[in-house]
Amino acid sequence: MKARFRMLVLLLFAPLPSLAVSEGGHQRVLAASCAACHGTNGNSVGGTPVLAGLDRSYFVLQMQAFRTGERSSTVMHTHAKGLTEEEIGLLAEYFSVEKRTASSSPKPLGDL
Amino acid sequence: MMQRREFLKVLGVGAMASAVPGFASAAGKAQGRVVIVGAGYAGATAAKYLRLWGGDQLEIILVEKGTAFISCPLSNLVLGGSKRIGDLTFNYSGLDRYNIKRLYAEVSGIDAAQRKVYVGDGDFLEYDRLIIAPGIDFMYESLPMLEIASAQEVVPHAWKAGPQTVNLRKQLEAMPDGGVFLLSVPKAPYRCPPGPYERVSQVAFYLRNAKPKSKIIVLDANPEIVSKKGLFTKAWAELYPGMVDYRPNSQVVEVDVAARTVKTEFETVKADVLNVIPPQRAGRIAQQVGAANVDRRWCEVDFLTYESKAVPGIHIIGDSVSAALPKSAHMATSQAKVCASAITTLLAGDTPDPQPVFANTCYSFVSDKLAMHVAHVYRYDPAKKIMLPAEGGGVSDRPTELEGDYAQWWAKNIWSDVLS
Repeated sequence: MKARFRMLVLLLFAPLPSLAVSEGGHQRVLAASCAACHGTNGNSVGGTPVLAGLDRSYFVLQMQAFRTGERSSTVMHTHAKGLTEEEIGLLAEYFSVEKRTASSSPKPLGDL
Repeated sequence: MMQRREFLKVLGVGAMASAVPGFASAAGKAQGRVVIVGAGYAGATAAKYLRLWGGDQLEIILVEKGTAFISCPLSNLVLGGSKRIGDLTFNYSGLDRYNIKRLYAEVSGIDAAQRKVYVGDGDFLEYDRLIIAPGIDFMYESLPMLEIASAQEVVPHAWKAGPQTVNLRKQLEAMPDGGVFLLSVPKAPYRCPPGPYERVSQVAFYLRNAKPKSKIIVLDANPEIVSKKGLFTKAWAELYPGMVDYRPNSQVVEVDVAARTVKTEFETVKADVLNVIPPQRAGRIAQQVGAANVDRRWCEVDFLTYESKAVPGIHIIGDSVSAALPKSAHMATSQAKVCASAITTLLAGDTPDPQPVFANTCYSFVSDKLAMHVAHVYRYDPAKKIMLPAEGGGVSDRPTELEGDYAQWWAKNIWSDVLS
């Protein structure tokens, strides 16, 4: 618990990630990889949480909980464990400023 | 020819000339022109994200020979009977809002030195940057008897979702109870590592319910199940006991199409329904332009930009890439995003992301409702200059209905991300 709190404090009160890490689109590419399950810019069409507009500290806490197993999951614990603390911080920041928008789905054409 | 002219008129681009009409060089008018060849998961994603990240001034042209996008993910469920091919078939109209010009034409060649893509009978598109996303082609030199269309009517591969998927389903429907379905799996690497074993599960699901006396023989050229081995083995034993006869190290070397019989080094096996997935390599256009420099099959790229190591100025994304990355749809979209980000950064005169990180999540269905996943984060290793899996990745403990639900939503979300 102490260690977790320490990390949380680190993530929440650390200065914004340095430009050296975020340069060249690092952050947007990292965040865009979530879209397969969570929709473009975190605007899920359903089945998974909308990440757009999530509070930064809430996002970090959830990812921490996936890591430790405190929040049970089918897939998310593997991703949470694979990401560094810095990357989780970048994701939290990215999604926190994304706007929630109505998601759109392409319509299947049916048998041709 | 006329058809293409009609399409070009639809695109509002006027009469024919040597440069594809409406696609004359845009120098001075835009920040640059990016041409993308191939509009599967990789190519369509690259087009959309070039617009999202490249701004309005970029000219983006997507060239694709067909007008329909048919999803390979979930297409095994057509064989199991819980999906129809029409559920997985889309058009590209959702990309209209991104002002992506589309040209429905077959690419006949690429002149990398002149930066021109030739389509159809000799018209060309000039480009500042070119992305090719040609998927996979089959290596029929090892199984020449399967190269012609009439042979594939009898022995489909069904490894590009579409008419062959429907054909294979119809053959299963027509098969007598007590018949044999035979699947031949090529040596890795091939498109969708767990795909053949998901297919076995889907066919078993259908046969258990409709034709329970039937058998499935799997002739796998690999020494063992390539992906999710423990999970598939357990699922077959528990859900379809006695139905699946799995034979490793069994490479098919000859096919008697009319007799639906295959030969391996060791044996000759006859089937009622025969599904041979041939060995694969990078799509034709990648071969043609000289980008397939790894074993003359796959394309070596710079993982910061996806620029070809063999042909400068051409970026390659998706299944054609040689990598320790699975040839999956999610991976294709992630590569497309790294590439799109790098190209917009380069066109702006800046340096691309020095250490890309992305994830892969891949579900397999073992029945109509039960699914399981493999998931990894991949990170660029600056010393080795390749993408490597991070610690912490892995597979499901067991297939569940909850994951089946997530897998369906995965598809809806990735379709939304790629096509709208």
